[in-house]
Amino acid sequence: MTQINVRVDGASYTDDVEPRTLLVHYLREQLGKVGTVVGCDTSNCGACTVHLDGQAVKSCTVFAVQADGCQVTTIEGVATGEGESATLHPVQRAFHEMHGLQCGFCTPGMIMASIDLLKENPDPSDEEVREGIEGNLCRCTGYQNIVRAVRQAAAEMSGTAADDPQAQPAAVDTAATEHVAAQA
Amino acid sequence: MIPAPFAYARPTTVEEALQAIADGGEDVKVLAGGQSLIPVMRLRLAAPETLVDLTRVAELRGVREEGDELVIGAMTTHADVLTDPLLAQYGQLIVQATETVADRQVRRRGTFGGALAHADPAGDLPAVALALDAEFVLAGPGGRRTVPAAEFFVDYLTTTLEEGELLVEIRVPKLGEGWGVRYEKFNRVAQAWSIVAVAAAVRREDGRIAEARIGLTNMGPTPLRASATEAALVGVDVSMETVTAAAAQAAEGTSPSNDLNAQADYRQHLAQVLTRRAVAAAVGL
Repeated sequence: MTQINVRVDGASYTDDVEPRTLLVHYLREQLGKVGTVVGCDTSNCGACTVHLDGQAVKSCTVFAVQADGCQVTTIEGVATGEGESATLHPVQRAFHEMHGLQCGFCTPGMIMASIDLLKENPDPSDEEVREGIEGNLCRCTGYQNIVRAVRQAAAEMSGTAADDPQAQPAAVDTAATEHVAAQA
Repeated sequence: MIPAPFAYARPTTVEEALQAIADGGEDVKVLAGGQSLIPVMRLRLAAPETLVDLTRVAELRGVREEGDELVIGAMTTHADVLTDPLLAQYGQLIVQATETVADRQVRRRGTFGGALAHADPAGDLPAVALALDAEFVLAGPGGRRTVPAAEFFVDYLTTTLEEGELLVEIRVPKLGEGWGVRYEKFNRVAQAWSIVAVAAAVRREDGRIAEARIGLTNMGPTPLRASATEAALVGVDVSMETVTAAAAQAAEGTSPSNDLNAQADYRQHLAQVLTRRAVAAAVGL
């Protein structure tokens, strides 16, 4: 066992870990930070993305011992305030408002990667968003509303959010509407 | 999955790292950025006895200039490469290839030296290093030695690094006035490995091509040079016809593999097409 000191979402922890413990397993199993999820076994999906000293990394591809002395921010640490009075991070809010998710499993990683992207490029084009989140896989949405959400967040964070007709979640698939109605 | 247990060493200097490797037992692996090694350990395809983590060896990270050369520390991350002012000025071929490596998160951790020492034939940086005639500085218990790129890559995932040795820095020539470069990569989906890619650096002089360096990614078990194309380009007028004719020889002497992504003959076709595009772009056509 190796002792590590880390700061995670603003709180300090001192823990013993096996060197082979992956950062994501340390976060989930020792700290109970289950907001960060494991989506694959191959470092492809990006669902486990966290910020290590402010930079987005895949926490399944970093050992917990490597975070010794570092700051980790997970999806659980990006909102401000607690409980009822908490304020979502603008990117979290935009994913909610733009319906940038369906099953939601990729969402923590998508949001952490997007925050990292916006820090580097505060006003990305659609294509830059798509390239910026290429390390994150979503199997539900087809990415349309995720891209809208990131651009909406970018506008809000830079204070230029306007009545942009583009800033809407995609319309529902009208071909499906009548089937849904028939089932109701 | 969770990797098999291992002993962990975290040196802070090259000297300490060499000692940790020497003391690490039979099966020691060096951990650079870990973006290839950790997935392989998770799948238990590798289960080293000791892992020597270079992340805190500060002297291995960064880019400096020495005369006509750039010296890139082995632990310089891909993200560092993309923001380095010296590479922006003299190392655009490296920058272009690095932009295509994996994804944002992987580029934060993955390193220039790690990608070269891993020597995956589908990796983007080995062909670039070969095209640039990079020199690899290896540190070992008996001192340092310098190996040219053409001798560094030996076989599939195999380099000339001996047991107990460490890749510490890579020296590449500065490409300045007159040089044009392009990395042309062909893959099907985001963050995928190259099916084939071509790294081209071409120097123009008075409307003619004076010098051409072309590296091929994934056209054999090691990166290769398109030597026939390079020779055919020297001295010709810059035109689409001359570039196309020379690029038709790009697959000569290659031995690409057949796999799910492509058959060997398709890869040879791609090598010609991508070489034409890369050279044309490098000379501004």
